[in-house]
Amino acid sequence: MLTLRELFRVDPVSFFLRLLVRAAAAVTALLMTFLVGYILIRGAPHITPDLFAPRYTSENVSLLPALVNTVLMAGLSLALAVPFGVCAAIWLAEYAKRGNKLVAAVRLAAETLSGIPSIIYGLFGMLMFVMAFGWGYSLLSGAFTLAIMILPLMMRATEEALLAVPDMYREGSFGLGAGKLRTVFSIVLPAAAPGILAGVILSTGRIVGETAALIFTAGTVAELPKTALSSTRTLSVHLYILANEGFHTEQAYATAVVLLLVVLGINGLSAYAAKRVGRLGGSK
Amino acid sequence: MMENVTRALFIAAACVCVICVALICLFLFANGIPTIARIGAADFLLGTRWKPVQEIFGILPMIVGSVYVTAGAALFGVPLGILTAVFMARFCGKRLYKVMNPAISLMAGVPSVVYGFFGLTVIAPALGSLYGGTGKCMLTASLLLAFMVLPTIVGVSEAAIRAVPDSYYEGALALGATHERAVFRSVLPAAKSGIMAGVVLGIGRAVGETMAVVMVAGNQPVMPGSPLAGLRTLTANIVMEMGYAADLHREALIATGVVLFVFILMINGLLGLTKRSGEKC
Repeated sequence: MLTLRELFRVDPVSFFLRLLVRAAAAVTALLMTFLVGYILIRGAPHITPDLFAPRYTSENVSLLPALVNTVLMAGLSLALAVPFGVCAAIWLAEYAKRGNKLVAAVRLAAETLSGIPSIIYGLFGMLMFVMAFGWGYSLLSGAFTLAIMILPLMMRATEEALLAVPDMYREGSFGLGAGKLRTVFSIVLPAAAPGILAGVILSTGRIVGETAALIFTAGTVAELPKTALSSTRTLSVHLYILANEGFHTEQAYATAVVLLLVVLGINGLSAYAAKRVGRLGGSK
Repeated sequence: MMENVTRALFIAAACVCVICVALICLFLFANGIPTIARIGAADFLLGTRWKPVQEIFGILPMIVGSVYVTAGAALFGVPLGILTAVFMARFCGKRLYKVMNPAISLMAGVPSVVYGFFGLTVIAPALGSLYGGTGKCMLTASLLLAFMVLPTIVGVSEAAIRAVPDSYYEGALALGATHERAVFRSVLPAAKSGIMAGVVLGIGRAVGETMAVVMVAGNQPVMPGSPLAGLRTLTANIVMEMGYAADLHREALIATGVVLFVFILMINGLLGLTKRSGEKC
């Protein structure tokens, strides 16, 4: 490649284009570094043991209950969404024939679901689970709403993982006399497990970061839930409320750090799991 | 026997997402459309005053607000995103790529409330000190949204640019084009439909974004005047008032959600069209 100076002499337009592209990449990189760096640097000094006190009070806005609620919420949503997502993906990848009308409908539905913004999920969850089902603002309403939200994500991740399993595996299994069901569960699913796991982790990240879908389904009570019908506040909702109230700025920064670290950690883990499935595909 | 039962189970699981879409449409439209009819479609969609206490529900300011904020975000985010994608796909060394790529996918995972907090504590005060006021305005919301949709636009555009066959690039080089001209005049036009899909996807995100916008846009329910005035989007309208709304007010908010939902469905349809036209080429 020509150096910048040579390029300027040969073709100023190309010179300008190269500068433009580099500047854009630099701006993007700077913005990202600044966002993460700013929150970490401003927030890290305010992470104190008080922040992890077992009870939330108006003087000490502990984030521990919210953190525990987040784990409960994620667990419950995943327990609801993963079985359906995985089974749906198995059907799409292993059973359905090309050009099947139902396949087209399922794909269209999944695409539509993944395009719906979280506030619409929140509204729907409020209308259906909170009001029509009479569950009120509760862990259960929130978890059902989020389960629908992450369903397309789970389906897509699982389907991709299944498609990445070489056909050789299936043929080998059929050749040894195994039926379809056995092949899917004993051969294909285990091989696709890292990819499915990546999807699960990615979904967890979505759940942890979600706010708009939860405010009017799970509510904002900052206590540990007594039953599945108690209102709960997850970490993201907690940060939103702290930031909006504006009384506890330092704690809000610290909460933002914890939330950011949790989410980035989860996503990093998912990328790692996805890389393992890539290796599997490459080893054929 | 067992095979058939499980097969039916798998099909049933696949149908769940169709049922979910149907339920979402049913609940939203069944609640929203009678309300719109009761308020009057013209009064609701074209009314410029939102005064819940006097039972005046006009959401035109919010529709215009959503359009403005999204357009602003596209204005900043699209060029930056596409150029960054070009850099990632064709100008980036392997070493740098190994840092940039995970960084961008991590950005996609940062929760919107963290972006909102960042906008609230950094962008708004910065604009406030430049132009006076609190800095909670359309410009702040647009900048923040541009930032938020970057990972989407970069990710999809980069994949589209990489999918262009090398022969396009090599052909241009063989005709004497520089690397830059080959990329911009030969590869980029070929990746057009994929990049468009990325842009539409980003716009869909921006229209639907709620928490980050609520935290920085000011949320005054009036027709937006200038980029430095506060405005309220459709999404913000719902979040701001749903907590205490009752009766017709509450239903008007649900109807606001229906209008937003229709916008999103239209954008989704557009996305489907762009993707399909890309496949035909």
